[in-house]
Amino acid sequence: MTGRISLVRSLVATLLLALAGAVLLPWQIELQYRGKAAGFRSISLNLGLREQIGQSGFLAALSGFRSPLAAILWIEAHTAWEKTEWGRMASLFDTVTTLQPHNLLYWDIASWHMAWNASAAALQDTKQSSLALRERAARQYIALGRDILERGIRNNPSDYLLYERLGILLRDKQQDHSAAADAFAKAASMSSSPAYIKRFAAYEVSKVPGREKEAYDRLRSLYEGGERFPTLLSRLEELEGKLSIPKEQRISTAAKSPSTSHRTSK
Amino acid sequence: MSMSLLAPARIVAIGRNTFTELFRQKVFYFLLLFALLVIGNSAFVSKLSFQEEFQMLKDVALGAMSVFLSLLAILTTAMLLPRDLEDRTIFTILSKPVPRYEYLLGKLLGVLILLSLSALIMGLFFIAVLVLWEQSVLAETQRALAGSPQELAAAIAVVKKAAFSWDLIPAMAILLVKSALLASLTLLISTFATSGIFAILVAACAYFIGHLQVTAREYWMSGIGGHWWTRLFTAFLALIFPDLQAFNLTDDIVAGIPLPLDIFWQTMALGGIYVVVYYSLACFLFQNREL
Repeated sequence: MTGRISLVRSLVATLLLALAGAVLLPWQIELQYRGKAAGFRSISLNLGLREQIGQSGFLAALSGFRSPLAAILWIEAHTAWEKTEWGRMASLFDTVTTLQPHNLLYWDIASWHMAWNASAAALQDTKQSSLALRERAARQYIALGRDILERGIRNNPSDYLLYERLGILLRDKQQDHSAAADAFAKAASMSSSPAYIKRFAAYEVSKVPGREKEAYDRLRSLYEGGERFPTLLSRLEELEGKLSIPKEQRISTAAKSPSTSHRTSK
Repeated sequence: MSMSLLAPARIVAIGRNTFTELFRQKVFYFLLLFALLVIGNSAFVSKLSFQEEFQMLKDVALGAMSVFLSLLAILTTAMLLPRDLEDRTIFTILSKPVPRYEYLLGKLLGVLILLSLSALIMGLFFIAVLVLWEQSVLAETQRALAGSPQELAAAIAVVKKAAFSWDLIPAMAILLVKSALLASLTLLISTFATSGIFAILVAACAYFIGHLQVTAREYWMSGIGGHWWTRLFTAFLALIFPDLQAFNLTDDIVAGIPLPLDIFWQTMALGGIYVVVYYSLACFLFQNREL
């Protein structure tokens, strides 16, 4: 191509381009803010991420390929799992969740790998003869799993899933029933949460010394709502004994006589 | 012979010709085939949970669509004018009563048809793979939980939530608009470029700078520190280049964030306006260019 364009025309074109940019600028800014408010374009690609994913990965993330890059790293993490390279997995999970902070699946599975699989593997580590050190390593992986969930919650505070997973981790892995109850209660307060989470919250409260009355009220409320799960009934009966609930108000009596139950609930 | 300001028949004829020309190029088939292979293969990532498989499929497929549409837009548009000049077709066309702006509009139209067709093929293939995969997982779930209707209903809801979502359609539409923007930007570049390779290189640079435009804009508008010439330079970048990050909504859509309708339409409109601006400037530059 040998064609030429006059310098004046080129300068005018550049000025017109800048003018169009200036006209579109408020719209772009408005769109950016509205997008951010809706959960879009909220991740910051900083130097920390640049170190994690390397120059080419950073360039890909900048060019709008965050999600495919995260998917590739996720598959890499899966391969690391098959080789039980827990440290590498933790590092890859960190990168993936940084790239895709609004993807609940990544937070959920990353924390499960750390708190369940890595901690179990640490306990069975034949290279480590000291049980105390094995248990310490397991506790650290569980804490890492909890940290992943807590960071996930900070990034996605309005979804029940990660609160529920945190409740399960606190209940099954750290036996912190009070915190587990709070996490389940928070999950249950979310609009899309399944009904069973409310029950889970009440079960956990029933395991906390000193909160028996609160647990009884919550379980009784579920019972009045028509729930008749075996665990719920046994917990209620146990609490009735502990709280010395009058016999006529107990569920065994109430179950036998629906009218009594009706009166009691009033 | 009277000549109207804009003759749709002439534009369509040039557009159809351009499309046919581009459609016959090997690069189109290679890119499309490669994109379809990537989309198809991403469904067969073994040993992952079904939720992870769906996630991988959506991430990789939309990423592949974005890459191939952008490449197609830049590569095909950059070669349009140089090729016409090389085989002297441009002289035959412009010696007839065809204004230069109609010639450029016809060329752009041909590229846009090609991009739309490519997006349609890739999109339909992606949705077909996703739906087939979803049906396979649903059938497996139904077999496994046949005895427990309550659990089955909950499991089906989980599978459906992880698989196809209607938000994927606007996500693909935004990818198409982004590629149309890149095509018109490349057309503008090719009106002053000295060769096809030069146009490709400048368009590729513009692509990367466009993704950083928001950083330059925020620095410029923050008004904090820096030399006056740094501020002037960032202002220049912010005003000259398009904000391509505005079109990168797919990363968050595949993560499950619902796309509000107003943001979708505003993004589409912004892309459309960029196309008009770049086309108009391309006409302005091309009007008096020596051929």
